[in-house]
Amino acid sequence: MGDAKSPLVAVKLMKVAVVQFPGSNCDDDARHVIEGVLGAKTVMIWHLEDDLQGADALILPGGFSYGDYLRSGAMAAQSPIMAAVKAFAKRGGPVLGICNGFQILTETGLLPGQLARNPVLHFLCQPVYLRVERSDTIFSSAYDRSQVLNIPIAHNEGSYYADQDTLNKLEAQGQVVFRYCSATGVVDAESNPNGSLNNIAGIINEAGNVLGMMPHPERAAEALLGSEDGLPLFRSLLNWAKSGSGVLV
Amino acid sequence: MTVKKSLKDQAARFGLTNEEFDQVVLAMGREPNALEAGMFGALWSEHCGYKNSRPLLRRLPTTGPQVLQGPGENAGVVDIGDGYAVAFKMESHNHPSAVEPVQGAATGVGGILRDIFAMGARPVAVLDSLRFGPLDQGAAGDRSRYLLNGVVHGISHYGNAIGVPTVGGEIVFHPCYQENPLVNVMALGYLKHEQLQSGTVGELGNKLVYVGSRTGRDGLGGAVFASAALSENSDADRPAVQVGDPFMEKLLLEACLDAIAQDVVIGVQDMGAAGLTSSIAEMAYRAGKGIDIFIDRVPRREKGMTPLELMLSESQERMVLTVSLEQEQKLLELLSKWELDAVVIGEVAEHGNFRIFENGVLVGDMPVAALNEAPTYTRAGIEDKAIKAAREQPLDLPLPEDFEAVLLTLLSSPTIASKRPVFVQYDHQVMTNTVVLPGQADAAVLRVKGTDKGVAATTDCNPRYCYLDPYEGAKIAVAEAARNVACVGARPLAITDNLNFGNPTRTDVYYQLEQAIEGIKDACLALDTPVTGGNVSLYNQYQAGAELKAIHPTPTIGMVGLLPDIGKRATQGFKRRDDVIFLLGENTAELGASEYLASWHRLEAGQPPRLDLAREKAVQDAVIELIAQGLCDTAHDCSEGGLAVALAEMALSGKKGASIKLMSDIRPDALVFGEAQSRVLIALKAEQVTAALKVLDAAEIPYAELGVVAGNALAIRLEPQNIMLNLSLEQLSSAYERPLAEAIA
Repeated sequence: MGDAKSPLVAVKLMKVAVVQFPGSNCDDDARHVIEGVLGAKTVMIWHLEDDLQGADALILPGGFSYGDYLRSGAMAAQSPIMAAVKAFAKRGGPVLGICNGFQILTETGLLPGQLARNPVLHFLCQPVYLRVERSDTIFSSAYDRSQVLNIPIAHNEGSYYADQDTLNKLEAQGQVVFRYCSATGVVDAESNPNGSLNNIAGIINEAGNVLGMMPHPERAAEALLGSEDGLPLFRSLLNWAKSGSGVLV
Repeated sequence: MTVKKSLKDQAARFGLTNEEFDQVVLAMGREPNALEAGMFGALWSEHCGYKNSRPLLRRLPTTGPQVLQGPGENAGVVDIGDGYAVAFKMESHNHPSAVEPVQGAATGVGGILRDIFAMGARPVAVLDSLRFGPLDQGAAGDRSRYLLNGVVHGISHYGNAIGVPTVGGEIVFHPCYQENPLVNVMALGYLKHEQLQSGTVGELGNKLVYVGSRTGRDGLGGAVFASAALSENSDADRPAVQVGDPFMEKLLLEACLDAIAQDVVIGVQDMGAAGLTSSIAEMAYRAGKGIDIFIDRVPRREKGMTPLELMLSESQERMVLTVSLEQEQKLLELLSKWELDAVVIGEVAEHGNFRIFENGVLVGDMPVAALNEAPTYTRAGIEDKAIKAAREQPLDLPLPEDFEAVLLTLLSSPTIASKRPVFVQYDHQVMTNTVVLPGQADAAVLRVKGTDKGVAATTDCNPRYCYLDPYEGAKIAVAEAARNVACVGARPLAITDNLNFGNPTRTDVYYQLEQAIEGIKDACLALDTPVTGGNVSLYNQYQAGAELKAIHPTPTIGMVGLLPDIGKRATQGFKRRDDVIFLLGENTAELGASEYLASWHRLEAGQPPRLDLAREKAVQDAVIELIAQGLCDTAHDCSEGGLAVALAEMALSGKKGASIKLMSDIRPDALVFGEAQSRVLIALKAEQVTAALKVLDAAEIPYAELGVVAGNALAIRLEPQNIMLNLSLEQLSSAYERPLAEAIA
């Protein structure tokens, strides 16, 4: 295993923190990809802590933080660790929010917009296709632009919404990184599983270091599980961290 | 503790018969007070005490080299080699789901998951075996749709939030479940051998720690409720249905596994049916010790709860942990890290009794053994005459004129139809172990991270077979579950059974129960799959006019199997054009109890298909061998709807058609829609046919080449009758996908 294009040794030096909220349930899946598949180091950080333990990158994993009883991600956004997460993001540190992690990022204000309930009014766990809109971000450099990815979704509230001004700004600044599309890469209503505006599946902040996405790349990172299309996302992140092209802390 | 007035005339209120009340008096040497009578009533209920089923259950094989833990603990455990093991069990939540489907099903998931992590295993998968009335138009169909949607929502709500994937199961529709649906939930967990826990109080001086949700009046008397028949008044039982909180359970799960990993607990026990009463009585019984409980310490969320209410409450997400005096502080600190309420509520005592103190006053004092040793009843079962007549009825059927119409009708029978609209609502991929997803094969396959192993799991039961012949039906349920597991390439290991029947005090129902258990026994012995645990749900019955009718006997079988190399596995979908399709096993003229008979001829009659266990084993072994040798990656068992439906499912899953020729003297509808047992369809690459046939010849099983994977339609030609079926994938898909899509809100 490891990355053919980059020296494994360097990747192994990277440390990715996975933040655990009570109710997170994809935390171990994220750890497995970073450690078990890519051979880098992870550290699990409990939400009550305030120190990121020298991590090079952060993952806010999927799940149902605090049971999502109030509004998805709303409680987690108030967790003690989030002050450190915000500071880390402000310094340019890479933060990846997957599913519930995306919801937490919008609730925290690190990303614009909101995730509303699926129009079908129930949970949806299914494979979807994503079109890579940007391959020049720290999360997507290992992809080609317009590449079509097969990555599953699993959520109840994944319908991306933002007001028209925000949406215009997102589009104008190229902040949409992934869009739901057909198997051949056509972005249309039919290939939009959850009514997200502009078929938005993942967006990045203006500074380019905070990415939120509803699909689960960690579930598509091994051939045995049916798709490896999510793996380059984690590779992109580790490569960036390895190159030291920003940092931080 | 003097009792002024005998409670005997109120025995029924506590769920005891007069005779049982006398037995309690005998065991205690005095009259019980209300608290004691209530606790005996709960523990001696069918749900906890198995009083009508225990003597029959003793007939089942429960041992084998693979069994690390058989019946008697929170769940069974089987060895999968290299120090790894699988804990698994199935349980019903039928009555709660009939009254309040969302919470009934949700708490069913929560309860079975606690049984798994109580064994020291991390839960890795859930399967649901669900049964509802038909999805017809009108009020009856409305109720079925309401229950279906509610139950699916409950499972989805709980399982998705706690982060354990729901990977499989089955949904069957039949009028007998109209009023009394069945919700049987199976869960699996992984553990290392050394992590195996027991629900025990251990040694003298140990403390009992209560952890999890506070105790309320919800689920009060649930065990008694579950053991009584549903009635018109069941809606008034709503308070007996518990409310689930998956968030709390997630914390409880992580905390318990953390405590086990740090080796600070001696015993772990779920508080399930009959709450504190059964959990502590069972733990004490396993250790042969007495226990003192200080009931005033129990965390509660309502004021004014009596000791009996506290002891019987079935509030969810609660566990009892046994800890030594030395480790007590460490355990409490660990639990508080997980933000859980935890308190020492009792200690192990030498006296052998279950004693309860309230503010220092002894309010209950019962022998632990008597509480756990419910009286048992054996009866003489007699088969119902009408059922016998239906089985023996000659089937004088006209041949259908349009075989294509029959196939489309079968594919759109809700029992056969695609369950996609249901399983998209379940997170089936969280934990990143699910290698074979719902709808892809006869069984789900999960990997075991850090090894090459895979674990296969399935549930099965055909209630129509079990109704017309409970012995043969139950035997088939075990065999088909094993066949499902074999069709992904796994060796069947062991089963858990969930026996759903009517009122066992009726001779006809008792007959069904006894026959079904005999069928399970024979199949388990022949297939080397011992029973490691399960659940009995009786009194599943409903009012039909003036008559109280039992549901069809439904002994649901949950099977677990092992793939030594997960890289060698099979799924049902056709993979490549030009692959050669073979049938293993033999076609027969049997039509009795088939889905074709029910859906097309509107008949529930006839003799269910015969099953030869030696043939069954040989076919399964051959399939496993083909897959293990890498000769075959496409296999599907023939079950409801027969050959034609099985081929259609392989075509739909693989999005590829097939060209099939069947040569036989068997009457054509039996040939294509009959449900002869011990048959498996496989597809092979042309270059591997020779090697595969060697395996089949060595196995000495019959087989036949049927055709090839080709085109975008399923074409079946029957010779010499010269009947042709030719349906495009679109036609098949539209029939197959529609029924549940329409029923799901």
